[in-house]
Amino acid sequence: MCGIVGLFLKDRSLEPRLGAMLSSMLVTMTDRGPDSAGIAIYGDADHRHAKLTVQSADPKRDFAGLAGELQGALDAPVSIQVKSTHAVILLPQGKAEEGRAAVARLRPEIRVMSSGDAIEIYKEVGLPKDVLERFGVAGMSGTHGIGHTRMATESAVTTLGAHPFSTGSDQCLVHNGSLSNHNNLRRTLKHGGMAFETENDTEVAAAYLTAEMAKGKNLGQALEGAVDDLDGFFTFVVGTKSGFGVVRDAIACKPAIMAETDRYVAFGSEYRALVSLPGIDAARVWEPEPATVYFWER
Amino acid sequence: MPTYDLAATPLRDLNQALHNIAPGDNDRQFSVVNPRGHHAVAVGVHAPVTIDVMGSVGYYCGSMNDEATITIHGSAGPGVAENMMSGTVIVKGDASQYAGATGCGGLLVIEGNASSRCGISMKGIDIVVRGSIGHMSAFMGQAGNLVVLGDAGEALGDSLYEARIFVRGKVKSLGADCVEKEMRPEHLELLAGLLDKAGVTDARPQEFSRYGSSRKLYNFHVDNADAY
Repeated sequence: MCGIVGLFLKDRSLEPRLGAMLSSMLVTMTDRGPDSAGIAIYGDADHRHAKLTVQSADPKRDFAGLAGELQGALDAPVSIQVKSTHAVILLPQGKAEEGRAAVARLRPEIRVMSSGDAIEIYKEVGLPKDVLERFGVAGMSGTHGIGHTRMATESAVTTLGAHPFSTGSDQCLVHNGSLSNHNNLRRTLKHGGMAFETENDTEVAAAYLTAEMAKGKNLGQALEGAVDDLDGFFTFVVGTKSGFGVVRDAIACKPAIMAETDRYVAFGSEYRALVSLPGIDAARVWEPEPATVYFWER
Repeated sequence: MPTYDLAATPLRDLNQALHNIAPGDNDRQFSVVNPRGHHAVAVGVHAPVTIDVMGSVGYYCGSMNDEATITIHGSAGPGVAENMMSGTVIVKGDASQYAGATGCGGLLVIEGNASSRCGISMKGIDIVVRGSIGHMSAFMGQAGNLVVLGDAGEALGDSLYEARIFVRGKVKSLGADCVEKEMRPEHLELLAGLLDKAGVTDARPQEFSRYGSSRKLYNFHVDNADAY
């Protein structure tokens, strides 16, 4: 099954409440996916730092002394904020790739959840409410965000199998459905130089979009291609640094509902996820059409 | 008139109260407030009562309805009035996927649009949609009538049995074995009755086209192998 929520703010005065609004939306989707939960939050990019969100199965061991060691390796200031099993590493802008390589060298057990100027991804196994509390998501501010509750079908219930998946800088994707041509597509993408962390079908969809956007397509154009090139069931919600997009396959059996007001664009697997949003009674509410790309850019 | 506030009362209390209605009970009108997208609101009602749901609902509202008149003053999630037996379900807003699926009888009126698979496997229900319907509607429909004042999406009436389809607007494409048929006087009369029952006064039967099964897929024929 799986549940998806997404929120793209137009009204800047709502930004301090993004985490709280997304958290309440996500908890209503618990019965669609109690296995694991994840959230991607796009905070304000300060244009001075790049952010790496990393995860460790043994955070005490892996995060101790990491900032100092990275500082030595990069010869640049590095700060680290630990949140439960995750940590956000702040690097000087332009040092993201070098920093990522240094993390892999210094702490091979650590997994990178996301990298970019604005994005932070937190995901773990467990009930959505517990996962959100663990990372203090309700207190986070930001411009847009996407959340997912997972009922696993295609790969194991693990932290790395949880959504969102991020395969490019400031990009993320969540998925309700299952893909049937992901093994073939993964091989093709690997030949093109993409690296994969899991055997998960959704990671392939994320990597596909990353590869298409690397060719110069915008998010909307990349999503148009996904309708033709991906086989299977999908409702995707994707985020980029400045954009937010939605697409469903042509059969469209995975549920989706959207709402738009002057203040926000919201996505939910069900209307239940949207009922607490401000002004929902007067919002334009509609079901996204099959094989049709919707995207918003700020 | 009993009112159930779903922000304060568990859904099971509402449905149990509706299932407990006995012949001769005085309460014949019920109101449900704050449905907030709840699933399975007023399912399996088996009494000639009136139920007003004041807002939007989630999956399966009014499904298995027998005799009740249920009005949803909002939009409905997937499977509204699924497997209805008799009575009436009215959706003031839009309906999501498979509205009226497998319905055996009664009348479903959707005043907005319905999305994909409206009336899938319908078995005798009458469905009137003021707006448009999505793809694969009336798929394998066996009996009953689907009336659409707007347009129909792709593959309308695919693998249709004996359900009748009337569309006033455009049909994007017809499914396997579904064909346009002549509108004879008995069909105009039937349609006039359906529009009247649904309270539609701004559409005339002559404006509709009729679609039905060409009955070529009923029995296996090797020439049709691609269509099965």
